[in-house]
Amino acid sequence: MSVIIFADQFEGKIKKSALEAVQYGAKVAQQTGTAATAVVLGEVAAEELALLGQYGAAKVLHAADARLNEPEAGVVTKVLAEAVAKENAGIVVFSHNFSGRAIAPQLSARLKAGLVAGAISLPDTASGFVVKKNVFSGKAFANVNITSEKKIISVLPNTFSLEAGSGTAAVEAFSPAVNDADFRVKVVKSETVSGEVPLTEAEIVVSGGRGLKGPENWGMVEDLAHALGAATACSRPVADSGWRPHHEHVGQTGFTVRPNLYVAIGISGAIQHLAGVNGSKVIVVINKDPEAPFFKAADYGIVGDAFEIVPKLTEAVKKYKGN
Amino acid sequence: MKILVCISKTPDTTAKIAFTDNNTKFSEAGVQFIINPYDEWYALVRALELKETQGATVHLITVGGADTEPVIRKALALGGDEAFRVNADSADSFYIASQIAAHAKQEGYDIIFTGKETIDYNGSGIGGMVAELTGLPYVSIASKFDLSGQTATLRREIEGGEEVCEVSLPVVVSCQKGMAEARIPNMRGIMAARTKPLKVIEPVAAESLTAIVSFELPPAKAGVKMIPADNVEELVKLLHEEAKVI
Ligand SMILES: Cc1cc2nc3c(=O)[nH]c(=O)nc-3n(C[C@H](O)[C@H](O)[C@H](O)COP(=O)(O)OP(=O)(O)OC[C@H]3O[C@@H](n4cnc5c(N)ncnc54)[C@H](O)[C@@H]3O)c2cc1C
Ligand SMILES: Nc1ncnc2c1ncn2[C@@H]1O[C@H](COP(=O)(O)O)[C@@H](O)[C@H]1O
Repeated sequence: MSVIIFADQFEGKIKKSALEAVQYGAKVAQQTGTAATAVVLGEVAAEELALLGQYGAAKVLHAADARLNEPEAGVVTKVLAEAVAKENAGIVVFSHNFSGRAIAPQLSARLKAGLVAGAISLPDTASGFVVKKNVFSGKAFANVNITSEKKIISVLPNTFSLEAGSGTAAVEAFSPAVNDADFRVKVVKSETVSGEVPLTEAEIVVSGGRGLKGPENWGMVEDLAHALGAATACSRPVADSGWRPHHEHVGQTGFTVRPNLYVAIGISGAIQHLAGVNGSKVIVVINKDPEAPFFKAADYGIVGDAFEIVPKLTEAVKKYKGN
Repeated sequence: MKILVCISKTPDTTAKIAFTDNNTKFSEAGVQFIINPYDEWYALVRALELKETQGATVHLITVGGADTEPVIRKALALGGDEAFRVNADSADSFYIASQIAAHAKQEGYDIIFTGKETIDYNGSGIGGMVAELTGLPYVSIASKFDLSGQTATLRREIEGGEEVCEVSLPVVVSCQKGMAEARIPNMRGIMAARTKPLKVIEPVAAESLTAIVSFELPPAKAGVKMIPADNVEELVKLLHEEAKVI
């Protein structure tokens, strides 16, 4: 009963969130006394596959089929079900990233394997198989017991920090049975926001709210983000007013981010906003109103006018980075 | 065209989160319940837009006890045609998905819309499970859905970008922001909802694959450290030396 991890890639690179899942899966394998096998689909170079060993995979099943470079969730479900049967796997691990969210539930229903989506702990096997996850948009945790024989866990991105080891994985070619008819959803094109840090994978996020008054003032937010190597985000009214693109909207009805550092500028800290950012490890709040609710959720706060503070902060960051 | 929208009941976004019964039950005391925002704002409204522009019958389904009826009535008031309540209470996604799939197979829908996730249990799983159980293709976390004949063109979120994809109906889609603009029910809708059919159906036999053992609240924050506005250098230093995040 081995552990299988879906190590998904994008444009030939294993995603960071997938490496987190591999590392997690390797620990689960260790806990349950088995070995971890990573499954990689599509054309991926050998150096990338070697990374998987460093994060604990003992074996890599690589299906180097070009049709699987950007496959739809239904096809991957079929392929993974074949890998599970081949490896006699009892546990399948995904990242709770966009592809994991699409595939894990389908595989769960196919294998009748209970799914914990967005795990934040390793399983506790003292009584049952209990995994902790966020519920109520990060305002609480639930301990969920997977009662079925086969189990699926998707790991919340940015929760477990990566530590590369010196392991190596044996790479085995894998030729799953896929027919052209399996590709029911056709990807017409994919558009990545290149040159910028993808928001949901960013380690630092700089976010602006209505306190910034208008889109013309975002230059200083971008400058700070640039100095910090951060992605930019915004509150909902900012996206709704068209000041910023929708994919930057974080909160209950937007994206959830969990960076190491979240810098909130001119955002009041409404509960729906906090729901999308309260998993951040460190929160800095810059707001001119000392009573802004965000300060209650912050680790560091500065009361004052963002238009004065942010440029100064950018300079200070640049100076520190220069040293 | 027949569209099914999956509606779940969740606590209001501002509800105080507390637990009872030795931290095994969500405390409903004083909590207002709403339609899960993704289900209402995006899934339901997009279905209604398709009904208005292309002609469609919009069915609603919820798996839940009688206490979900006010929420289902609100969805009818927004413009749903007919609602089904599967009379069962469960927090297990597979059990809920099995109920929805059983109903969907019987009725035969061209489109099944769910929300991206519920804001209480945050499973984001039911859409994918329903797709698998009904044998339909699945597009998750879609921000756009256009229809031309039997072909749907969708946009969906991927890491660091978006993907445009095409699929022939029937299809299961989970919806997020971008699909539609939120609406509020008007008086006529609310009056009409009173007489629209809300059928209670008994659950089919299905397994549960998970069970919530207990809940926990996160530890309280240590408290905020305030830094004078004229000393941003101090903040940079703390972020480096104390918080170790830069
Ligand atoms: C069901 C529901 C879901 C929602 N989902 C989301 C969501 O996903 N994400 C989200 O963000 N919101 C969401 N909201 C909206 C949320 O309730 C708030 O209205 C919103 O977050 C407020 O955005 P804001 O903080 O940018 O603006 P405001 O509340 O207007 O706050 C602006 C802040 O800027 C400060 N400020 C002003 N000028 C300056 C200056 N010169 N320097 C420094 N600070 C300044 C002010 O003191 C104030 O605190 C949702 C609401 C509902 C009802
Ligand atoms: N009890 C339920 N009854 C009907 N639909 C539901 C129920 N729970 C969840 N859903 C639907 O499935 C979506 C995803 O839910 P979840 O997988 O629980 O995050 C929701 O947005 C709803 O559209």
